[in-house]
Amino acid sequence: MSFAEVMGAYTGMITSKALQERQRQDVIRALSKDRLGPEDLLALLSPAAGAMLEDLARRAAEITLRHFGRAVQLFTPLYVSDFCANRCVYCGFNADRNGPRRQLSLEEVRVEAERIAATGLRQVLVLTGDARPKAPPEFLEQVLAVLREFFPSLLLEVYALTQGEYARMIDAGAEGLVIYQETYDPEQYDRMHPSGPKRDYAFRLDAPERACHAGMRWVGLSALYGLGDWRTDAFCAALHARWLQDHFPGAEISLSLPRMRPHAAGWQPEQPVSDRDLTQILLAQRLFLPRAAITLSTRESPRLRENLLPLGVTRLSAGVSTSVGGHGADQSGTPQFEVADDRSVSEIAAMLREKGYQPVFKDWQPLDQVTP
Amino acid sequence: MGDDLFEIGGERLGSRLFTGTGKYGDDAVIPDVCAASGSEVITVALRRVDFQAATGNVMEHIPKTMRLLPNTSGARTADEAVRIARLAKAMGCGNWIKIEVIADNNHLLPDGYATVRATGILAAEGFVVLPYVNADLYVARDLVSAGAAAVMPLGAPIGTNRGLQTKEMIRILIEEIDLPIIVDAGLGRPSHACEAMEMGADGVLVNTAIATAADPVSMARAFGEAVRAGRRGFLAGHGAQRLKADASSPLTGFLEGDGS
Repeated sequence: MSFAEVMGAYTGMITSKALQERQRQDVIRALSKDRLGPEDLLALLSPAAGAMLEDLARRAAEITLRHFGRAVQLFTPLYVSDFCANRCVYCGFNADRNGPRRQLSLEEVRVEAERIAATGLRQVLVLTGDARPKAPPEFLEQVLAVLREFFPSLLLEVYALTQGEYARMIDAGAEGLVIYQETYDPEQYDRMHPSGPKRDYAFRLDAPERACHAGMRWVGLSALYGLGDWRTDAFCAALHARWLQDHFPGAEISLSLPRMRPHAAGWQPEQPVSDRDLTQILLAQRLFLPRAAITLSTRESPRLRENLLPLGVTRLSAGVSTSVGGHGADQSGTPQFEVADDRSVSEIAAMLREKGYQPVFKDWQPLDQVTP
Repeated sequence: MGDDLFEIGGERLGSRLFTGTGKYGDDAVIPDVCAASGSEVITVALRRVDFQAATGNVMEHIPKTMRLLPNTSGARTADEAVRIARLAKAMGCGNWIKIEVIADNNHLLPDGYATVRATGILAAEGFVVLPYVNADLYVARDLVSAGAAAVMPLGAPIGTNRGLQTKEMIRILIEEIDLPIIVDAGLGRPSHACEAMEMGADGVLVNTAIATAADPVSMARAFGEAVRAGRRGFLAGHGAQRLKADASSPLTGFLEGDGS
């Protein structure tokens, strides 16, 4: 059974009515458990839990400290291509957007890598738009080969691949991938993706599973909060992560908290997510998945990032540019979204130390590169 | 207590508390933790060590007097553990290695089969192998056969601070296995460590409980004292336990010395 089939079983459970019915007692019961079930997750995402965020926060902070200590992994995205064949209404890379497009040459990738490596970062997330003909798997393999010289840990955030292609990426040096379902509501997904290969909801939904089958060590997933109902999307993303944890215990499954940000296409979220809502998502997901790494990107302001840190966040991006060539090779790319926290790597590391956290730059190394 | 040394891999150790390097807010506190705890052995996850980084590396904070115990955290298979161990040795971390093979990220429980296999390979190569395992008699016996230098059973799953949940199984290992038994993982309070030592464990390894304490140095000192107290209690020999109270004025005392 795939996760898509499992999701079908919850269709009736994740209605707004089901959420509204959850009471304070349901939340208290969930807070008293070690292993939470889907019913508990629903309670923690309900309006009733929204009135009890301090209780959730205290428990989430305790769990996070116990499992992760005061270590926070730092990484940065590296955009290598912004060509895109999709017309996602919410994205700055939308194929309808006029203006120049950029794809880095391998020499430019090297320049970007040198600049990033000089900041001390040791993990990089490689991003492209969804234009397979422009940035095919062969191109990704070449990019990974260049980056392997500089970084022990490489993650991919690219279009959905087949299982065989994920295996190729592993061979090329990718430790993991990040892929967002954007919204788990199939109807809303259709509206948000009017054309392009990304329109295939099912193929994207199964991508993390294919990556795990291929042997990927680290798989990150999420919704893009603001596209659909955030409570439903947070519920499905957490359930998706739990399903993958249960079926692929050897893989490390992680979550992210991306929220819609301003971008070139100018689309505004139909269902805005407030800071308080985002906090509730973090707390509910942390309590449901105590050992999952949770990432908070520079989409969020410095103040919010710092305040959410002790509540369950274990990974932060730093020194971020969301445009191709943004680390120094060339500045002509259009940003995918506006960065709200533009602090440098050293500034983020200093902030962490000042708050009693340890910035972690390296946490793994592919062993096929080891020649003792 | 002064001569109460124990030996691993031909090396005599004065402290029976092993410490760790993970989860600290600032690695700079590690020297003070080592000093306060009295520990002589410290484990470090090779996956976190960046040998190419000039600064900001955990290794620069480990006192030179400490015996380094690199671990294979992150390994999912015996093969990965072996590779990490060889890397550690090649990087100058010595020939002690703590084998951790964990293929279940949900509970972080060690894979006994793979651990035995990695232990056999590495012991044959001359490593002093300290395997982290479930408290399982059969696995422990296989580790003895494979050449382990000690057995490190978990008290409770990693990072849970739940204490000696596997107490009865550890008691059996202490009785049956002729290698040092070092209780690893799950010890959350000094009293947990003390209890393990009172039972007759040869040592304990504590990381999370110290690293995540509000005052890690003070907690390290508390664990050091607890381990010494527990060991002293074990060596002193516990009084016999009875099912019923042993009244100091027995009701049948009048029968004693009755010459009739």
